[in-house]
Amino acid sequence: MAELLLEIFSEEIPARMQAKAESDLGAALEKALGEAGLSWSALETASGPRRLTVFVDGLTDRSADVKEERKGPKVGAPEKAVEGFLRGAGLSDISQAEVRSDPKKGDFYVAVIETPGRDAKDIIAEAVPAIIRGFHWPKSMRWGAGELRWVRPLQRITCVLDGQVVPFDVDGLASGNETEGHRVHGRGPYTVTGRKDYEAQLSGAGHVKLTRDERRQVILDGIEKVCAEASLEWIEDKGLLEEVVGLAEWPVVVLGNMDPDFLTLPPEVIQLSMRTHQKYFAVNDKKTGKLAPNFIVVANIDAADGGKKLAEGNSRVLSARLDDARFFWDLDKAKPLEEMAEKLSTIAFKAELGSLGDKVERVAALARELAPKVGADPDLAERAARLAKADLVSEMVGEFPELQGVMGRYYALEAGEPEAVADAIRDHYKPQGPSDTVPTDPVGIAVALADKLDTLVGFWAIDEKPTGSKDPFALRRAALGVVRIVLDNGIRLRLRSESASHSIHVILTILQNAAAELENGDVKVRELRELVKSGAFDRAEKTLKEIKVQESQPSQSRKDKEINELLRSTEGWHNDLLSFFADRLKQYLRDQGQRHDLIDAVFALGEDDLVLITRRVEALGAFLDTEDGANLLAGYKRAANILRAEEKKGELPENLSVNADLIAKGPAEEQALAKALTEVQAAIETPLEKEDFTGAMAELAKLRGPVDAFFEGVMVNDDDAAVRANRLALLTQIRDTLHRVADFSRIDG
Amino acid sequence: MTAPEAKSKPKSFQDIILRLQNYWAAQGCAILQPYDMEVGAGTLHPATVLRALGPKEWRAAYVQPSRRPKDARYGENPNRLGHYYQYQVILKPNPANLQDLYLESLYEIGIEPTVHDIRFVEDDWENPTVGAWGLGWEVWCDGMEVSQYTYFQQVGGLDVFPVSGELTYGLERLAMYVFGVDNVYDLPFNDPESDVPLTYGDVFLENEKQQSAFNFEHSDVEMLKRWFADCENQSNALREAGKPLPAYDYALKASHTFNLIDARGAISPTERQAYIARVRDLARGAAAQWAEQEEARAGA
Repeated sequence: MAELLLEIFSEEIPARMQAKAESDLGAALEKALGEAGLSWSALETASGPRRLTVFVDGLTDRSADVKEERKGPKVGAPEKAVEGFLRGAGLSDISQAEVRSDPKKGDFYVAVIETPGRDAKDIIAEAVPAIIRGFHWPKSMRWGAGELRWVRPLQRITCVLDGQVVPFDVDGLASGNETEGHRVHGRGPYTVTGRKDYEAQLSGAGHVKLTRDERRQVILDGIEKVCAEASLEWIEDKGLLEEVVGLAEWPVVVLGNMDPDFLTLPPEVIQLSMRTHQKYFAVNDKKTGKLAPNFIVVANIDAADGGKKLAEGNSRVLSARLDDARFFWDLDKAKPLEEMAEKLSTIAFKAELGSLGDKVERVAALARELAPKVGADPDLAERAARLAKADLVSEMVGEFPELQGVMGRYYALEAGEPEAVADAIRDHYKPQGPSDTVPTDPVGIAVALADKLDTLVGFWAIDEKPTGSKDPFALRRAALGVVRIVLDNGIRLRLRSESASHSIHVILTILQNAAAELENGDVKVRELRELVKSGAFDRAEKTLKEIKVQESQPSQSRKDKEINELLRSTEGWHNDLLSFFADRLKQYLRDQGQRHDLIDAVFALGEDDLVLITRRVEALGAFLDTEDGANLLAGYKRAANILRAEEKKGELPENLSVNADLIAKGPAEEQALAKALTEVQAAIETPLEKEDFTGAMAELAKLRGPVDAFFEGVMVNDDDAAVRANRLALLTQIRDTLHRVADFSRIDG
Repeated sequence: MTAPEAKSKPKSFQDIILRLQNYWAAQGCAILQPYDMEVGAGTLHPATVLRALGPKEWRAAYVQPSRRPKDARYGENPNRLGHYYQYQVILKPNPANLQDLYLESLYEIGIEPTVHDIRFVEDDWENPTVGAWGLGWEVWCDGMEVSQYTYFQQVGGLDVFPVSGELTYGLERLAMYVFGVDNVYDLPFNDPESDVPLTYGDVFLENEKQQSAFNFEHSDVEMLKRWFADCENQSNALREAGKPLPAYDYALKASHTFNLIDARGAISPTERQAYIARVRDLARGAAAQWAEQEEARAGA
């Protein structure tokens, strides 16, 4: 049994990549050793800013000999068959094969291939270079004049098996038995013979905490200690903690001070400055529970002066950052929010879709329209929408784009706006990702929906939709945001008509924009053409010219007519946008465990109210889980298959209607089915109207018995053409009745 | 290897520059002078951007005045300047011990390794206007970014080989750190004990004030837009004439003109992208042509 130590030592590995690389390296080595026929008792890994390490214990010294027999053709088989056999088994002559006898088949050839075991050393020497060459980093690079790729330049490969170097070479870098410690405290190099020795030297003279766990613990202990001493409370930040765990080989926690005057800044600004720029932890004052004028920094050095200078240095850097922030904050507060909002008209949102000011106008109109539907005050919704984007021209958001909305809220409160307006300004960007919450206050909901719908309708109108992995305007996120806001708040919205009516606003902007350019004499024909190219706007150019002509004799009704005509041509992209929403909804419901096919089945009905769609899907799922539901689905499929077969033969006659007289003469099962269909068709109307889908499904369940009995006792393909046609009509009724609830043809099963 | 040691503390801003010059000269770098055009960063000097391309070895170091109109603050901000200096080093191919050489250069200018916390923090550098990117770090000294350290991977949209190691020192910040000064204008520019002691403010404060006013108030945006178009045309024409070096100069002029337009806040994020794309096309085109010519010259 042998012990293996592998360390891959490089220049600083990005903190966010270390943990994954550590586990990938362990897995790759396990796979390679296992496939080569070695076994081991334990494999452990470690990682840090400059190294990935694997320890393997109880490794077999050699892989076992393998004997494999391969059956060949009969003795006397055609030459070609023998040749193929020799090639496959790696033999040069048939005399190398054995001849075996089988009482039934007679004599045949067998190749006995013996592969001798290999020394672990040789296997490792082959495996490690291959792992290094094929290793996957999120981003890798070349350096110097070499061809190898690694995350940063590779400096050393330490590979020691039972005290001996496993010799190999990767792109000119030879394996060895030396490692390095902390640059300042104990660089080394250290010659190592195995794990124990490696750990002892590095954690001792080398000043390296090898594992993430060790470093995390040191940091947490350090934080606890400095906080206890200064009566502070750490504001837990796991993401940042994991990052700093990867930034120091020898973490030392140091408490720094900041000028208390900075505490007049919004806490979000201070924390963001600390976190993103400096990777400092913020702390609260234990007594007040509010931000304290301190910060915690994790250094990579046990400084000779106890950390005094480095704490001062860090404090000075933070001061400079916060000075900047305060400069912006004061500047912004001196400017009324409305004045900022006015400036939005000078900033383009997207060339064809006008300025941010244009967008705000559209969003304000839409928010006002949506307000009653979401239970918000229309005035407040419009006000919030008008101010929602104003902070984009603020200095602070220019510096910290992450604070968009957050700063707007502060500035709105400073300006004396109602709290609901201020909160809506902050919340209208939500949800910003799968883990973000959705707005729940009605005003916030109205603005958030209006903003996202406007963006989506706009980009669809100019035909700039996401393709493949490219979604530069985060349109998928916007659509998923709409889905989540609507469903989480149970908002009833007809998406199709909302987006259709809103598209009038969007198209107006587009036309105004293009017209303005025409009047300037600086016609960007190319741009206009591109706009027109989108297909939905194949008539835009003509319309645009006509609008221009009419400007001297403005006739609102003529203009409306033009727009209406244009709108009609937009039906194509409205359907497309709706199916984009459908895809997001599917994704959302799928994540919640709903069946993909059921969602399709409900969507096929053309429903555009997301809440109703979801309820239908849920009711349908529950129904199909019952025996009645499953059997009715089977009956439906049978009916649909017969109809499809008929359609293949030739068109089914139009207006297939059921002839009651013929039914009355038919068998009892046929009569029963016809009766049940009539009854159920009438009975499902009320629950459907009341949006009681479970009730509607319960009615449908009553069809199960008659449908089963019909298929059991009645031949559809009767010799009498009239009887046959009548039965096909019954089948279409089964199909159409079920389609009132969902398109069952899209359900698997 | 024994623990690293710092040299004596420098006396002035210019002392830091002189020590860096001497240090990198000793590493075999050609000590060049600043490029005589407005650039936003030392990287844009052809000695870096263009020399990073092609197969030839190259080592150079130089100070580059950098103009960033948007960062100007009328001389009122102690940390931000519209005009400042970068110290730029390029080694192609990068030597295997470049990190050590870099750290020694910090010790050379008086940074004590045993009390300061020097860290290499991931920062994938990119400069979209010249289609360049590389992997490397921001180097932090006690939480302050004192350098950008990059292994170039692409320039002008082309893969580079061999790979250059590029170091950019923010000289003012570094000096403020070394001297423990909170306001850049208080930095001793020359030896404070000399006959005519000068601070950074004596040299540059008035310039910052007037240039800020130009950047934010007096620049003629319409004129700048015309200039931009002219530079663009000239650069394209030069490239068509097979002269990538002046073509690159005019790409730089276009780039700086764009920065001036941008400082006025006169363009939207999307327009901004369009401008950047136009500059990038010029710079990429010039770089690609230069690389082609270098390959041909190396082959001949």
